[in-house]
Amino acid sequence: MPSVLPDGIPAPSDGVLPVSARVGAHTRNFGVYVHIPFCRVRCGYCDFNTYTAEELRGAARSDFVSLAEGELSFAQRALAASGIPERSVNTVFFGGGTPTLLPAEDLVRILDTIRDQWGMIPGAEITTEANPDSVDRDYLQQLYDGGFTRVSFGMQSAVPHVLATLDRTHNPERVPLVVQWAREVGLGVSLDLIYGTPGESLGDWHTSVLAALACQPDHISAYALIVEEGTKLAGQIRRGVYPEPDDDLHADMYELVDRLLGDAGFEWYEISNWAQTLTDRSRHNLSYWTGEDWWGVGPGAHSHVGGVRWWNVKHPSPYADRINAGISPAAAREILDEETRRVESVLLRLRLAEGLPTTQLTSEGRLAVAGLIADGLLDPGSALRGEVVPTLRGRLLADTVVHRLLAETAD
Amino acid sequence: MSPRSDNPPIPAATDPAVIRNFCIIAHIDHGKSTLADRMLQTTGVVSDRDMRAQYLDRMDIERERGITIKSQAVRMPWSVAGTDYCLNMIDTPGHVDFTYEVSRSLAACEGALLLVDAAQGIEAQTLANLYLAMENDLAIIPVLNKIDLPAADPDKYAQELANLIGGSPEDVLRVSGKTGVGVEALLNRVTELVPPPVGDPNAPARAMIFDSVYDAYRGVVTYVRMIDGSLSPREKIQMMSTRAVHELLEIGVSSPEPRPSQGLSVGEVGYLITGVKDVRQSKVGDTVTTSNKPATEALPGYTDPKPMVFSGLYPIDGSDYPILREALDKLKLSDAALNYEPETSVALGFGFRVGFLGLLHLEIITERLRREFDLDLIATAPSVIYEVMTDDKKVAIVTNPSEFPGGKIASVREPVVKAAVLAPKDYVGTIMELCQSRRGNLLGMEYLGEDRVELRYSIPLGEIVFDFFDHLKSRTQGYASLDYEPMGDQEADLVKVDILLQGEQVDAFSAIVHRDKAYAYGVLMTERLKNLIPRQQFEVPIQAAIGARIIARESIRAIRKDVLAKCYGGDISRKRKLLEKQKEGKKRMKMVGRVEVPQEAFIAALSGDTESKEKK
Repeated sequence: MPSVLPDGIPAPSDGVLPVSARVGAHTRNFGVYVHIPFCRVRCGYCDFNTYTAEELRGAARSDFVSLAEGELSFAQRALAASGIPERSVNTVFFGGGTPTLLPAEDLVRILDTIRDQWGMIPGAEITTEANPDSVDRDYLQQLYDGGFTRVSFGMQSAVPHVLATLDRTHNPERVPLVVQWAREVGLGVSLDLIYGTPGESLGDWHTSVLAALACQPDHISAYALIVEEGTKLAGQIRRGVYPEPDDDLHADMYELVDRLLGDAGFEWYEISNWAQTLTDRSRHNLSYWTGEDWWGVGPGAHSHVGGVRWWNVKHPSPYADRINAGISPAAAREILDEETRRVESVLLRLRLAEGLPTTQLTSEGRLAVAGLIADGLLDPGSALRGEVVPTLRGRLLADTVVHRLLAETAD
Repeated sequence: MSPRSDNPPIPAATDPAVIRNFCIIAHIDHGKSTLADRMLQTTGVVSDRDMRAQYLDRMDIERERGITIKSQAVRMPWSVAGTDYCLNMIDTPGHVDFTYEVSRSLAACEGALLLVDAAQGIEAQTLANLYLAMENDLAIIPVLNKIDLPAADPDKYAQELANLIGGSPEDVLRVSGKTGVGVEALLNRVTELVPPPVGDPNAPARAMIFDSVYDAYRGVVTYVRMIDGSLSPREKIQMMSTRAVHELLEIGVSSPEPRPSQGLSVGEVGYLITGVKDVRQSKVGDTVTTSNKPATEALPGYTDPKPMVFSGLYPIDGSDYPILREALDKLKLSDAALNYEPETSVALGFGFRVGFLGLLHLEIITERLRREFDLDLIATAPSVIYEVMTDDKKVAIVTNPSEFPGGKIASVREPVVKAAVLAPKDYVGTIMELCQSRRGNLLGMEYLGEDRVELRYSIPLGEIVFDFFDHLKSRTQGYASLDYEPMGDQEADLVKVDILLQGEQVDAFSAIVHRDKAYAYGVLMTERLKNLIPRQQFEVPIQAAIGARIIARESIRAIRKDVLAKCYGGDISRKRKLLEKQKEGKKRMKMVGRVEVPQEAFIAALSGDTESKEKK
């Protein structure tokens, strides 16, 4: 998650949600996100909420399990006090940071707590992010034995000079190895790639995508590099060490990865995500785009329950203080009204291959559909079936499409 | 003991022999207002306790910018060798745009202080006003100010002044408005050298209006100099240009606060209040007489102020249009030279075409609109008055490129001015180069002293209003000064260049330029717009054209990607807020055909401020 928190309204210290959050709760899935805010080194492009120190005041790495357990137990109380019916967990996702910097038994213990507290649906999806150089076969085996079903490796690139620019320290040759181990122990595997790193050519990107495919994962995410303010990379670009990112090159790279993955039997299901089969899609990530409920555990983690979004304080020390005091770690929250929820739904579902039902558009929005089809931005076949699905060009211009669907053009 | 007058002459009963009417001619920052303040203090009309810096500059903007826009008059008593004098100091505006007002102030005086900064020497506008004063036969008293400055070189500039007006360098007074040194001697010199007014006390009243100020509480306050006869309270007065008759509600003198009197007699300077609400009913240069016993002949020299420079003013927020209208209506009450009419632009929406006396006038008005009425404005590139004759012999007066007739043009005439540039001699080459590039013709060149030169050019006004002054200043490190006065018009090979966005004309960027510069203008504007307009979903051609002929072309490539690749749980609020922000941004977009153009792009392109170029 980005390190800059949005503006919101104060969140109550008991974490109790407004009555509106209850409406339809039993129809929504429930998931848990666990944010592990530690990394061995900070990468130059990264603005995520993560820390490299072993010991932060009151929030050492070794204390993290008990803090996570503390928040989970707080979550159970707050949801119950809000009148939200208890639901079994559909998906769990460990992200960071580098979750695998913690011993595997720590991750398993947190997962056990979640299971003990709420129960899991059969076939629940349990994922962790991992760095190729922070796991071995044994570690992966322990995850599998503890109930994990999926691992997502931060491969980013297979080209050494690109990895160096990103400050990634792993040896690219290790990636096929860890993927093989993960598959051998029985875990589903996703690879994360980044394109558009300064100095990366279309040829470099081609090499990386082929290298990722050669590992035979069942899921690939590919993100355009975003230069976030305040990162080391942003400073380097400002000083002219690296050139500004080029959106046209990004578009070429996106078209290339979409073609290569398509040729290899992958299908896009979200703008930056491709999967081999329907079951390989990340159900946890899909829940973000379809408005399900999830509780985010850990410093800076974001949550959503029934139209209420909140986010925890960022730094691990005040986070630890609040958890230890038994009060909500939320920094602020926002309560979305009907119209805002509709806007979010248009914004998020437009990213999906399953599309947006035209019923969610206003009459002006529906009028805009024909023009968007004419401009080659929406798929005509899906529109006939009552669904708005972007074409390849429309995916790249999703902002424009969203604005036009929300009927927000200049006078 | 200062020779303050113990027995000041009484208004309406003052012998013309003890009256001294004088003005101060000075460049903008040569310290005129400070010296005037010091005179107020020295003569005792303002107590030391009430003294505030630049007492006479009423408007905030005047005090801040250190320039005088509207002139004022102050009556000061002064005693020399047992005689009690009445000194009327008329404060004149110091800028070229207000030459007409200066000329009326001069016509109200018998003498002028030529005030020059002892560290800088005379400047072009001062020189122009000096010539004006000499033509009016005024007694000139040369004065060097700011002699307290470390950089002051009074010997050098005294020589320069002596060369200009004759006499010896010793005659040049040396004062410091800041410390007060030399001010008494200066006042004594005024009584000595400025002749008393001469007029017929028994003739029908004739008073010349040299200033007219709108006051929110009292209506229009009219400043006059009695030339012949006298005026008394509750008389009916008549404006000779319009024959309009007004009740005289109050008559008095300023010293410097208004003080009602028993009237004004021949040679005196004072103010009149009639209750009119608009300075147009009491115009500078007009003659005031009485309706009972009207004069038959008006005083010479009256002209209606004529705007020379035109610009479109548009509120950045379209909903401010009514506020802009009200604001202009208000400013008009106090500014007879301001005129305007509504105008619409595809690019900029609803606004007004406003006529100004010159560039400073434009700048002052827009600044006052911004400051006093809290308006955010865009001003289009200034234009002048063109006379365009089409092949069918029809003549159109064009103050806005959009009025330029289509079809075959037989001839175009443009206003020309006589420009004087004063600068250190090292800059002569660079100034000549600039004037040459602006179609200037050298009329003459003269050394003012050892190292300063006056260059005289005839030059089209249209070339001057378009960033000439900025270039002049930057190329001479700020040392050059400029003055100009109209000198008729000339035929020129002028064309209208249009800028087209995806084939649609963008009216705000059309310009009337010389044919030789049309291509350069076309290239400049198309490049600017290319850099300022964000990429759209489709390719956008930008063209410059004369009529149907395209002379320059650029294009904005279509945008291919605008999506944020990553949007997980923690990104959603941020992404939505970004969308809301973009939505706000869309409100400030103008549509030109299918092209969305941010208003900032228009503003930046008009101001030439390509630094504010948006990231694409």
